Amino acid sequence: MGPLGLFRGLMLRLALKMLYGDVAKFLMLVGGLTFCALLMTQQSGVFCGLMRWTTATIRNVDVPIWVCDAKVEQVNEVVPLRDIEVARVRSVEGVEWAVPLYWGIIQARLRDGSFQQVQITGLDASTLVGHPPRMTAGNVEDLRLPNAVIVDQIAVKKFKSKGYDLKVGDTFEMNDKEARVVGLCIAEPSFMGQPYVYTTYERALEYAPPQRKQLSFVLVKPKPDVPAAEVVSRIRKIPGIAAYTSDEFSKRTMAWYFIYTGIPKSFGFVVLLGAVVGIVISGQTFYLFVHENIRNLAALKAMGASNTLVSEMVLLQAFTAGITGYGLGVGAATLLGMNFLERGEPPFFLPWQVLAFTGSVIVFICLLAACIGLLKVFRAEPAVVFR
Amino acid sequence: MSNDGRAAVRTRGVIKTFGRGDNAVQALKGVDFDAHCGEMIMIVGPSGCGKTTFLSVVCGTMRADEGSIEVFDTDLLKLSTGKLTAFRGANVGFVFQQFNLIPTWSILENASVPLLLNGTSRRKAEEEAARLLTEVGLGKRLNAYPSQLSGGQQQRVAIARSLVHQPRLLICDEPTASLDAANGRKVMELLKASACRADRCVIVVTHDSRIFSFADRIAEMEDGVVKTIHASGDYKAHFI
Ligand SMILES: Nc1ncnc2c1ncn2[C@@H]1O[C@H](COP(=O)(O)OP(=O)(O)OP(=O)(O)O)[C@@H](O)[C@H]1O
Ligand SMILES: [Mg+2]
Repeated sequence: MGPLGLFRGLMLRLALKMLYGDVAKFLMLVGGLTFCALLMTQQSGVFCGLMRWTTATIRNVDVPIWVCDAKVEQVNEVVPLRDIEVARVRSVEGVEWAVPLYWGIIQARLRDGSFQQVQITGLDASTLVGHPPRMTAGNVEDLRLPNAVIVDQIAVKKFKSKGYDLKVGDTFEMNDKEARVVGLCIAEPSFMGQPYVYTTYERALEYAPPQRKQLSFVLVKPKPDVPAAEVVSRIRKIPGIAAYTSDEFSKRTMAWYFIYTGIPKSFGFVVLLGAVVGIVISGQTFYLFVHENIRNLAALKAMGASNTLVSEMVLLQAFTAGITGYGLGVGAATLLGMNFLERGEPPFFLPWQVLAFTGSVIVFICLLAACIGLLKVFRAEPAVVFR
Repeated sequence: MSNDGRAAVRTRGVIKTFGRGDNAVQALKGVDFDAHCGEMIMIVGPSGCGKTTFLSVVCGTMRADEGSIEVFDTDLLKLSTGKLTAFRGANVGFVFQQFNLIPTWSILENASVPLLLNGTSRRKAEEEAARLLTEVGLGKRLNAYPSQLSGGQQQRVAIARSLVHQPRLLICDEPTASLDAANGRKVMELLKASACRADRCVIVVTHDSRIFSFADRIAEMEDGVVKTIHASGDYKAHFI
């Protein structure tokens, strides 16, 4: 660092002292930015969590390729196929295996007659492809026992709220047929909110209301040396059928919720509100801060501080407040989010893009505030110090 | 006497107009003025006659419209804004009526700023600032903040700050106007003792007739021009 860099460093240290020295304004400035970062991160986190919930089934089932009716737009929607499609897909070149999956929402009836909606998931009995990701009690293989079902943690919770402490061995009814719990599992909660109840494909058809066509999805794994995309495009040649890699299906599902529901709008509104509040509170406070310091900055200019140095000082002040507020806000949002995750709702998911987005809004606010302040500083003739 | 010292400031025909059209105020109407190294020269005159404006153009915090302003043989009107800023930083010390100390900095930090702006290391700058603060009688309060000091003490900090980088030109606008008589006198004694050097020119704008006796010469301004320059003795006689 040459002498120039050195003197910059020294003056910048004093710039920070200028900022911290006015404790009330500094707190208000940081408070505004913290609130803004918190609101935006928290709301975006819940939004991303919701969007993630919409694709929970895809991750719970966890197969490379999904095949469905061409009219299906997202995973939480079923347009049934004929059972024969499984065999057709299986015969496509490059397919290692193809198995049926039943998915639907039906009523479960508890012993006292009260109802609980569940997401029934029927797995191919021989392979159990799509089985629950994590068991907490019992064995997945026990699904092959008569009337066997495996239920997730949400089922346990919902049944508990109705007075049943659901354990392995307990029973309830679906479509007047008995279901016996042979295992408990943990599944990623879904947007639909209902618990997952796993059973075999055939038994799922018994539990579900009868329909002409019953098959919800065909799950596919490509042969080891064949790219999924290639198999997908071959399957798509079957008339009336669509196929997606799990990644494509996730994106398609999220896009559908994004376009056809009011979710992005309502969250977007709160995020926007956060940004506006941040701009108004912090922008204004910083402007006031610079305004009150104009005389001091002009005195520095009179004593030989260049506009560049003064700008650096003001920018440093703005960004110090910005980074502090960002850190506190994101930190608070993360703590809140961890609490949400522990409780299971509302959903919360913080991809780096949210942090980057919030960060850029904060940077924008700081730049805006600093620039408005700097306009004043540049315009201030150093001669004002004589007045 | 110091009057025959080297020319420090030499202005000819300096004109400065504020505003335009009907609102235009011609504050300086062709000021011819000379000041020399080694002297303390005061500028006096009725309120609004252009003293502060003249001081501002002489020290380069404001640009004149016309005329020539030579400070230590540099024509200020020919300097770019950046060069002018650097010129002020290197050559000019300021003492303002409003002190203009930065409230959130200790007086040691305040007093070392001109050196820091000139690229001196923090240690050296603070050493020199401490030396000057001691010289103005504040050696025991280096870490105090301006608000903890009296007006007179604050002005003494400002004097220490104005001298810390050994400027060749010291500009003081009403340095005693915010102070009572005793403090005003103390500040002037201090300026006379610490600031006046053979290689430095001190220009003081003032209304305060009690301090005229500190001047070597007194320039009387009236309505935007320097009317007469008196030897200090003459001018006092004029008042008493
Ligand atoms: N920035 C400005 N804009 C417009 N007019 C100005 C400005 N500065 C000074 N003036 C005008 O220029 C004239 C000279 O002002 P100046 O401040 O130089 O007087 P002064 O002799 O210092 O007065 P005082 O003794 O009251 O300080 C006045 O009429 C004043 O109104
Ligand atoms: Mg004045």
